[in-house]
Amino acid sequence: MIAFNARSAWTIYKREVLRALRTAMQSILAPVLTTTLYFVVFGAAIGSKMDSGMAGVNYGAFIVPGLLLLTLLSESTSNGSFGIYMPRFTGAIYELLSAPVGVAETLIGFVGAAATKSLILAAIILITATFFVDYTIAHPFYALGFILLVSASFSLLGFILGIWADSFEKLGIVPVLFIIPLTFLGGTFYSIDLLPEPWRSVAMANPVVYLVNGLRWCFYGSSDFPIGLSLGMTLGFLVLCVAFIAWIFRTGWRLRA
Amino acid sequence: MELSPVSRITRGMEPILEISGLTKTYAGGFTALQGVDLTINKGEIFALLGPNGAGKTTLIGAVCGLVRPTSGTMRAFGQDMTHDWRALRARIGLVPQELATDMFETVLHSVNYSRGLFGLAPNAARIEEILRALSLWDKRKAQIRALSGGMKRRVLIAKALAHEPDLLFLDEPTAGVDVELRRDMWAQIAQLRDRGTTIILTTHYIEEAEEMADRVGIIQAGSIRMVEETRSLMKRLGRTEAHIGLATPLAVVPEVLADYNLTLVDGGQELLYRGGNGAGGGKAEVARLTKDLVANGIDYTSIDIRESSLEDIFVDLLEGAAA
Repeated sequence: MIAFNARSAWTIYKREVLRALRTAMQSILAPVLTTTLYFVVFGAAIGSKMDSGMAGVNYGAFIVPGLLLLTLLSESTSNGSFGIYMPRFTGAIYELLSAPVGVAETLIGFVGAAATKSLILAAIILITATFFVDYTIAHPFYALGFILLVSASFSLLGFILGIWADSFEKLGIVPVLFIIPLTFLGGTFYSIDLLPEPWRSVAMANPVVYLVNGLRWCFYGSSDFPIGLSLGMTLGFLVLCVAFIAWIFRTGWRLRA
Repeated sequence: MELSPVSRITRGMEPILEISGLTKTYAGGFTALQGVDLTINKGEIFALLGPNGAGKTTLIGAVCGLVRPTSGTMRAFGQDMTHDWRALRARIGLVPQELATDMFETVLHSVNYSRGLFGLAPNAARIEEILRALSLWDKRKAQIRALSGGMKRRVLIAKALAHEPDLLFLDEPTAGVDVELRRDMWAQIAQLRDRGTTIILTTHYIEEAEEMADRVGIIQAGSIRMVEETRSLMKRLGRTEAHIGLATPLAVVPEVLADYNLTLVDGGQELLYRGGNGAGGGKAEVARLTKDLVANGIDYTSIDIRESSLEDIFVDLLEGAAA
């Protein structure tokens, strides 16, 4: 009995990565340009006037992890959703559904490709940031692991979104209405310790706060929360997404009539 | 296109697909399949006929994994399809009704993708053979969106053949394709069958089923009404119709012609013959009739003779079922 079709998973993965390269202007250049503008405006321009920095770190450097996450979350979600939504929209999903592939091959193919795109973006953004701000990475392996985990988790979320959405409007609504606002309010540009009560407590309910602080710890060795909490929450979110997708494949929700 | 006699014979009776008691009720309450029982034999071309909404596409979708059946069992290649479904699906191909694929991909890339998706290693020679057979080799580097409708449909066939399926579903394979290309496709489908691929096709060109299929199944309102060999169906229900234009109008059918099934139409200017058995018997009887007309001094100016088609039979059956 065949339990896993590695070649099928690799075929989906390769095609999705090639599709991103085919649309490199939209997939890679556009988010890199947007993030660069943040570095110029908030890092180089405004940051240079903030002599005291933020949480003991130069302000330009302080915002690097948050801005990186801002791009990672929105791009992972978009890429993850677009990859599966388009074949649903065009009807080409028939080929995937009739193929000898299950949830494992599909996730490795689609979500793996979306996460790969996010990692390429992260690398380009971090290289670009060196031109505008001075930053260091205190725990590079943790940082790599954390970026991987976040990219995979939000690509999974995007995949769910791509299956849930039945219109382009719905496809775009989650990143715009939820991911970006939560990231902005999640301490991208400030330490939540600066918030007065009750806003600090309210901010604690924002899951992105833990992600931003987790990545900030990887960069500067300090954050508002222990790294274990951030890693645990991200891992829990990933497991939740995988479980939900497994349920989708078992029931055929929005995939099979 | 006339198929070779051997290809008209259903090869053996080894079942390749066995569907039993298959039902499908959609979430909205519509029942698309009502206890379908159907067996497809290895090596045959089976045509599934039915009006729009009869359940043809749902039935294909259920076998190919696009539709979740409500109840019933399906066995392919002798095994239950719920067990080791990966191995079974790898042997089944599907050409959908809609032209649905990534239109921005090149033909070659798209077909290679299909092969890999079904778990097979790249095989440039095999892909070239498929593309050449479908007259797509010269277009292999073209984006699919740049191709004509007929070519796009052939790309979908090439994609379905890329993993060399033993059982191939063709859902309206020649819809929207011009007559010449349709005949090319028939030839290609016949070649596939000659190589041993079992083919199940749905079509609304009943001429297509008549020309190609070893057996036809008629599905209506989610139930299989009839499954029969095409030739025996034609023989059993086929008829010959002859319109004989008379030089001089008649008031009644002459007594000497009482042995023939004749009626006078068009104000007595035309004799209408209906009879035969769909296997040539009617034509022979019309030949005898014309001799009798001459022998009895009844002059005629024209003869228009035609055999009833599978379409006529199909329409008659559906009308009969509706009544």
